[in-house]
Amino acid sequence: MINQDQITLAQATDPWGNPVASDEESSLLMQQDSSVLDPWGQSSSEPIPPQDSVATAGSWLDGIEQAPEVQNTLAEPFAAPWFDMRAIINDFVAVVVRQTRDFFDITKQPVEWVLDFFAWLLSSGLHPLIFILLFALLCWQLSGWKLAIGAVVGLVFLGAMNVWDEAMITLALVLSALFFCLIIGIPLGILMSKSDRFAGFLRPVLDAMQTTPAFVYLVPVVMLFGIGRIPGVIVTIIFSVPPLIRLTNLGIRQVPDDLVEASRSFGASARQILWRVQLPLATPTIMAGVNQALMLSLSMVVIASMIAVPGLGLMVLRGIGRLDVGLATVGGLAIVILAILLDRMTQSLGREARERGTRHWYQTGPIGWSLSLLQTLKSK
Amino acid sequence: MTVKLEVQSLYKVFGDRPKQALAMLAEGLTKEDVFQKTGQNVGVKDACLSINKGEIFVIMGLSGSGKSTLVRLLNRLIEPSAGKVLLDGEDISAMSDNQLRELRLKRISMVFQSFALMPHLNVMENVCFGLSLAGMPQDQQVQKASAALAQVGLAEHGNSYPDELSGGMQQRVGLARALAIDPEVLLMDEAFSALDPLIRAGMQDELLQLQAQKQRTIVFISHDLDEAMRIGDRIAIMQGGEVVQVGTPEDILHKPANDYVRSFFRGVNLAQVYSAKDIAKKPSTLIVRKHPKMGVATAINQLQENDREFGYVITPDRQWLGLVSLSSLVKADQKDQTLDSALLADAATLGADEPISEIIGSVATSAFALPVVDAKQQFIGVVSKTALLQSLDGDTSS
Ligand SMILES: Nc1ncnc2c1ncn2[C@@H]1O[C@H](COP(=O)(O)OP(=O)(O)OP(=O)(O)O)[C@@H](O)[C@H]1O
Ligand SMILES: [Mg+2]
Repeated sequence: MINQDQITLAQATDPWGNPVASDEESSLLMQQDSSVLDPWGQSSSEPIPPQDSVATAGSWLDGIEQAPEVQNTLAEPFAAPWFDMRAIINDFVAVVVRQTRDFFDITKQPVEWVLDFFAWLLSSGLHPLIFILLFALLCWQLSGWKLAIGAVVGLVFLGAMNVWDEAMITLALVLSALFFCLIIGIPLGILMSKSDRFAGFLRPVLDAMQTTPAFVYLVPVVMLFGIGRIPGVIVTIIFSVPPLIRLTNLGIRQVPDDLVEASRSFGASARQILWRVQLPLATPTIMAGVNQALMLSLSMVVIASMIAVPGLGLMVLRGIGRLDVGLATVGGLAIVILAILLDRMTQSLGREARERGTRHWYQTGPIGWSLSLLQTLKSK
Repeated sequence: MTVKLEVQSLYKVFGDRPKQALAMLAEGLTKEDVFQKTGQNVGVKDACLSINKGEIFVIMGLSGSGKSTLVRLLNRLIEPSAGKVLLDGEDISAMSDNQLRELRLKRISMVFQSFALMPHLNVMENVCFGLSLAGMPQDQQVQKASAALAQVGLAEHGNSYPDELSGGMQQRVGLARALAIDPEVLLMDEAFSALDPLIRAGMQDELLQLQAQKQRTIVFISHDLDEAMRIGDRIAIMQGGEVVQVGTPEDILHKPANDYVRSFFRGVNLAQVYSAKDIAKKPSTLIVRKHPKMGVATAINQLQENDREFGYVITPDRQWLGLVSLSSLVKADQKDQTLDSALLADAATLGADEPISEIIGSVATSAFALPVVDAKQQFIGVVSKTALLQSLDGDTSS
């Protein structure tokens, strides 16, 4: 079912090199002649360094033509702007960007490291077949053999559609975003549950983050971080972290008061209560938050491709741009397959092992299987 | 009898301006006044108690009378607004956070009405909870926890999870969790209230048995009078945040401080509350055998004078010897034998602590008033049919 040659060939190429130019086999992406129609064709190469970002942003986001000269009259008092708000903001932002560039460059660093790691792991670190095997084993461990079979079928299908590289890029982006969501979202959620004042401050911020249309994030992120895959991860983090914060907070606050009181009565410190009582009991809710964050990052992937983030999203965007339904559908299908697999995996994390009829995670799945095999071998 | 826990004019005001409420209380305003004027809720008002080492001290009162608040002030789960709690003379309300944690880890533990077992831990891990917080090595934890589980009869259920156990078993786990740290003081907030009557009686027995093995100081909250009477060495009655009366169950029963306390006892099953010793009276024909060789003449005299058929024979130090009847005395007199030989062979006696409900049958069918003796065979008195009926009617004063 898998074309071995194709996979090795895809492996050999630099995943971050221009996918349009490098992947000769990829006929779906390979419509060089239409690159004139393709406004994104250029930007999918190396991310444009932030120094240029403002200028670039100016040129390729500038859709509004300069209005022709008009005068304000009493009859039409608002025909022309009274003052140039746009210029003021742009000047202001230009100053801000210049002043804060170093800071944002530094914050980009850890994102880049994590992203590079995942990208290396998924694209060149692991042979696709080994990756499929490991992924299936993980699915089996976390959920069950049914999901493992689904994972094998789904991933092989991705390869067969020849979108393996793009899928791995997207997966790397999503996992990096998830990584940062976890290290930002869970501590913030814990803080929020501990302090009503902090919760009162954070809640409207989260409301704003969740109601702001995803596109709107792109503008400030592009201005501060430039375009490319790293700003893409950052915008994905911002978009997908709120539910994790909320659900972590909710999960901890939902722990029954009498359990916390009982812990206190046995001399538990605040930290012991958190680690031994609140977090374990909040785990299902926190896992629901992780699941949400993951799903949101996948959905952000398409939108983030507008700022030159490579991967499946870019395929969809190109498909739309060229009215190439096939291309858009292939990209969309691949995203859906990834989404289903990741969703099922993380959903099962929220369920307790006991609900699945076993006592401990190491008593099920491939690990439980190999452990019991080892036992029988020993006893012989 | 040493005092273990001492509570000195303890106040708890719920609200953001406790000082103001305290000042108003000091001026003599009531809890209701304070609440109406300031919105501050007085949970406990001027409580003074001294709880002795090794006793089961029961706190009773209607819902909202401040029992839970008071008991949580004892281990400072709630911060007091004023007053002191002394454990072995040490002021708990002045302890630092670390001292307080140390105290809760080692010396005071608590059993909750809602059980409050950790649903994500199995029974063994639950019982180990307090020990593991103290950082005890794993094997010692398991050893102590197993002992505690065995004490409450759940040794085989270590691997079960709380939701797999019945209410009674869950509360035993709660008790084992508290016992595992081998506390000096055990606080039990309506620990048995969520259990059905049969299981509850079983748990009460268990608690009494545990107490017989090792005397701990137990503060037990209840709003069930029968329970309080059954297990309490002393009872404190709370009303509107105040302790209105403290005393032994009999004290409170006989001399209620006010109508509130009296109303508590209205529905009480007296047959459960009173025991044989409470209604035993001195018989008119008490015969003191001064020496083993003593004859029967005085005894016959005594019975005839009082026009009675039976006499109760004791030694000068009130040791119970036995029952004589007029006919057995006359027979002995004819053979010129001693008083001892006139004692009836099969005379039944009542134990001092047998509840009245248990002795009704034997008293009713007996031809004579039954003698009551304590565990050391000391004679206490006799229970006649009349005395029994009077006690059941609620009249024990005569
Ligand atoms: N956290 C709190 N905040 C404000 N008021 C409280 C708080 N806890 C208790 N109270 C008040 O203190 C009073 C005593 O409550 P407490 O819980 O001690 O009663 P209780 O005797 O234990 O009643 P019950 O038998 O129903 O358990 C009540 O008036 C209650 O409203
Ligand atoms: Mg209560």
